[in-house]
Amino acid sequence: MIFLDNLINGLSLGSIYAIIALGYTMVYGIARMLNFAHGDVIMVGAYIAFCGLQYWGLPPVLAFVVAMLFCTCLGITIEGLAYRPLRQATSLAVLITAIGMSYLLQNIALMIWGANPKSFPTTFINGSSIRLGQLNISTAAIITILANVVIMVGLTLFTSRTKLGKAMRCVSEDRGAAELMGINVNRTISLTFAIGSALAAIAGILLCSSYPILQPTTGSMPGIKAFTAAVFGGIGSIPGAMLGGILLGVIEIFGKAYISTELGDAIVFAVLIIVLLVKPAGLLGKPMREKV
Amino acid sequence: MKKLIALALALVLALTVCSAFAEEAITLKIAHIGPLTGPAALYGIATSRGAQIAVDEINAAGGKYRIELIDEDDEHNVEKVINAYNAALDAGAQMIIGTTTSKPCEAAGAQGYTDRVFFLTPSASSTAVIEDKDNVFQVCFTDPNQGAASAQYIAENKLGTKVAVIYNNADVYSTGIRDTFVEKGAELGLEIVSEETFTDETTDFTVQVGKAQEAGAEIVFLPMYYTPASLILKTAADKNYKPIFFGVDGMDGILSVEGFDTSLAEGVMLLTPFVATSEDPKVANFVKLYQDKFGETPIQFAADSYDGIYILVAAAEKAGITAETTPEEACELLIAAMKEIKVDGITGSMTWDESGAVTKTPMAATIENGVYVFK
Repeated sequence: MIFLDNLINGLSLGSIYAIIALGYTMVYGIARMLNFAHGDVIMVGAYIAFCGLQYWGLPPVLAFVVAMLFCTCLGITIEGLAYRPLRQATSLAVLITAIGMSYLLQNIALMIWGANPKSFPTTFINGSSIRLGQLNISTAAIITILANVVIMVGLTLFTSRTKLGKAMRCVSEDRGAAELMGINVNRTISLTFAIGSALAAIAGILLCSSYPILQPTTGSMPGIKAFTAAVFGGIGSIPGAMLGGILLGVIEIFGKAYISTELGDAIVFAVLIIVLLVKPAGLLGKPMREKV
Repeated sequence: MKKLIALALALVLALTVCSAFAEEAITLKIAHIGPLTGPAALYGIATSRGAQIAVDEINAAGGKYRIELIDEDDEHNVEKVINAYNAALDAGAQMIIGTTTSKPCEAAGAQGYTDRVFFLTPSASSTAVIEDKDNVFQVCFTDPNQGAASAQYIAENKLGTKVAVIYNNADVYSTGIRDTFVEKGAELGLEIVSEETFTDETTDFTVQVGKAQEAGAEIVFLPMYYTPASLILKTAADKNYKPIFFGVDGMDGILSVEGFDTSLAEGVMLLTPFVATSEDPKVANFVKLYQDKFGETPIQFAADSYDGIYILVAAAEKAGITAETTPEEACELLIAAMKEIKVDGITGSMTWDESGAVTKTPMAATIENGVYVFK
């Protein structure tokens, strides 16, 4: 019974990592950059949803839509202001800019919302937990896992069936060739950021519904874990991010439950190192040959 | 005759000078250092405001001392606290009330030990804060006192015998309380059925709470600050697990977290020497002044700090501190005076020993309908 309980908790935590990891992996796949500000977009999304629920008295669904729209705009703005001018710069310059952006967002949040942690209202999503015999499953966990499945199916369909999705895959495969075929690369990258940031808002809401403490650093640790998950699954691969995220969550919870709570995080990163030693491109990553 | 007149004149002069000195209040410069921003701002703002209330009272009463309060922010950060400490000394502070939280207080207290500056911390309760430092004294209990006193309270009031402990093993505050709780608990026949740890970054407590539930603990002891505690309460509610949660002073403040569903904290007990709803006239007076000035109800940290200012004044009086006393001189004089004074404050009747630890009887409050009550 406790095993099932842990499994569900692991899947729920892993689903959150997976949704965040999608943001990292999509941006990396298409723009070839690590957007370290992604974790902080999650935090902003959660704060906007918090404001919607707590201050503006919006119904939950509307508050979440507002948070998603806000994050979409934020993602496009960040890309346009900070990353687009650096499109031809070295990857190191872009990486440092992304880290700078991460701190900028954290400090702006600190200025606006202050340092006192806020408790994310969860009553709407978490009215009661579902009881199955001795097993108690929180509604937040179920919603998180379902949301993850829906997002995965939606994204797969989007990238394989729609014109915009195909354009994204083209840019990811060969930016120069895509441009020659008449694909607007800048617009495609903006679109990627828009989708990634909207997913970040969803991830932020789900994260804070399960673990309802909201502060300016809320996004950092999940951001790092999700980045790990993306690398674990093979960065650039959408199913890889899903698999990596879920495995990471399950390993973390099982490691804590059956080995030691003190070593929970150490186990997660040890597994990452082993996987990367055996499969350097990650679980589902395609090994890439450098063209000479 | 001339000599006699001269003598008389000298006498009169001397008397006037003396009385002039006696009437003019001595200005003490006291610096408050605490986290006014950052993750522990709730505590730092409370100690700052509590001190301010005491200072206003003392200055209005017009006694021997007038106090000038200097306020510095350490952001609950071990590096920034040194800047705050230096800024306080530059502003002319003779003694320090602070710092509010344990880790920064260790760092600042050690610097003060080298520089010979007197610290009275209202709320930093770790032993490391006073260990090997004769210049640091506490208003609140030391952690050992909190852990052992919690075990004693649980055993004496027969709250249960099967206890689970969840603590932050990356924090001296948390581990310090846990150690003595476990030791004293074993002495008093409490059975520790589950013991789990977490770190500062942990947000997922499903495993820790699940293990306590699985082990059938009737009491879950939470020696930690309120942020992780609020997550634990939420997780337990999700799992339909309803033991008695027993916290220490770090739990204080959980009801003021914005957006927190206070029904989650119903029945939570915490070790505290101060309850704002108390009918004690001294407490009621302090609470009223605080509410009038700041528009909110004071937490324990504010009360500790309020007492802290009165303790400093009592010690300064005993030690004969004047406006000209340098921080170095004041440090030695105050250390000697602290061991001799006894202060009846709003958090109890307090005395101190060589180590800097306070002696007072602990009490526990229960949260009922969103407020603390003594049972």
